[in-house]
Amino acid sequence: MLTGMPRPRADLDTQPFWDGVAERRFLVPTCGLCETPRWPPGPMCPSCQSQETEWRETSGTGTVYSWVVVTHPVAEALVEQVPYAVGLIELPEGIRVVGNVLGVDPAAVRAGLPVRLVFEDAGDGALLPNWTAEEGAS
Amino acid sequence: MTDGALRDRAAVVGIGETAYSKASGRTELALACEAIARAAQDAGLSVADIDGLVRYDMDPIDEVALTSHAGLKNLRWMSQTGYGGTGGNAVVVHAAAAIAAGVADVVVCYRSLNERSGARYGQAATWMREEVGGFEAFQMPWGLLTPAMLFGQFARRHMVEYGTTSRQFGEVAVALRRHASRNPRAMMQKPITIDDHQASRMIADPLRLFDCCIESDGACAIIVASAERARSLRNPPAWIMGASQGSGTRAQGIVFRDDLARTEAELTARDVYRSAGVGPDDVDAVMVYDHFTPFVIMALEAYGFCPIGEGGPFVEGGRIHFDGELPVNTHGGNHSEAYIHGLPHVIEAVRQLRGTSTSQVDGCEIVLSCSAVAQLSAAVILRKD
Repeated sequence: MLTGMPRPRADLDTQPFWDGVAERRFLVPTCGLCETPRWPPGPMCPSCQSQETEWRETSGTGTVYSWVVVTHPVAEALVEQVPYAVGLIELPEGIRVVGNVLGVDPAAVRAGLPVRLVFEDAGDGALLPNWTAEEGAS
Repeated sequence: MTDGALRDRAAVVGIGETAYSKASGRTELALACEAIARAAQDAGLSVADIDGLVRYDMDPIDEVALTSHAGLKNLRWMSQTGYGGTGGNAVVVHAAAAIAAGVADVVVCYRSLNERSGARYGQAATWMREEVGGFEAFQMPWGLLTPAMLFGQFARRHMVEYGTTSRQFGEVAVALRRHASRNPRAMMQKPITIDDHQASRMIADPLRLFDCCIESDGACAIIVASAERARSLRNPPAWIMGASQGSGTRAQGIVFRDDLARTEAELTARDVYRSAGVGPDDVDAVMVYDHFTPFVIMALEAYGFCPIGEGGPFVEGGRIHFDGELPVNTHGGNHSEAYIHGLPHVIEAVRQLRGTSTSQVDGCEIVLSCSAVAQLSAAVILRKD
């Protein structure tokens, strides 16, 4: 887990997600009317304009859609932490979320790599969801 | 949008630039004032003749400061465009629309920034805060911090889907640097090879140092005038044939888009060609917003110069050099001339039409200035008088 990164600040549109994270649950905002999942959390369904939201727990699996390997420490906090992989993880619901790809050499990350959800301490006692390569994945 | 509504209603009649450097030693206000005065002078106008203004909403200098310091005392219409890289062309869209609507006659557009000596866009400190809200709360805690990291996700996906290679990104870098090496205004004039590109350090793999634009201090400005006014001025007008802006989906939180191998510019392209009544085959040179080299490739696809996914091979073999089949960024672009947020691209388009570029394209009559930022995009098509 990277340390020294900006901490997330919840607002009225995103609070249920962060409440879920504190309970080690990854909740996907889903339209209460047309059932389209959306990401990141926002107040309205971009597909049908309903503001009814259901927060549905995801299964905890995903695959790598895209990623970069950060090698150049553009912040003081990164000097000891590069290289790291950060990318887009595609969930079974069809949404993509930002996460680190853990448990694998950053140079070995590839599109389609299966990953599973983990919760990590972000250094200040608060949890962050993250993603680690499935054992034996290559 | 009505086809042809903007066609030949306005023209770019003046261009002005300060020196470009790593440390201007001057305020952004001083730079903006100089660029605007130079553009007016180039047009053969007084600053007091300017009655309209379009600014980038990111610009540190606003219209009220310019009324106090630059002598802009007769403004009757003011506007601004959202976000960054789209701005160089978006300001022209606004100016042309205002003139066609009859609410202004002589419009100045400008961009001023001490982006190298001040807050550098490539440094995380420019964007990082202790706490982040909104969409940033879903990116930054995992170390997704800078433009290179965000736009690198698009570059990677283009490589995954279409087999585009880092060496093809290098082809873009080599062309842009060659053009800058011929441009005395350019900050980076030493030519590079593909091997130099491949040897440059990784910043956010797959993006290397030589895939990234530079950071600069400086300002530039253009003057757009009505057709009637343009005909009476000293320079041959660079006529605005058509212009468009486009949002696509998710200009905020861009990495959450459905498809990271394509850009919103496909919509902007459709509209700009309809607006101008020409197509890609009519274009003699292209100025494209080059924040990162892969986006030159993606822009050439979006604006129809090659099929989607074939931009990598398309830029090989010198095709986009000034003496090639489709000259691109003959000034050196954000990559090697200076990063003044894309407005110098419009200035270079005007130079090509006046025949005064340092890498002049033979018989250049129509230039597309465009962006495929992967955020918001805009495009204008200019033609020779």
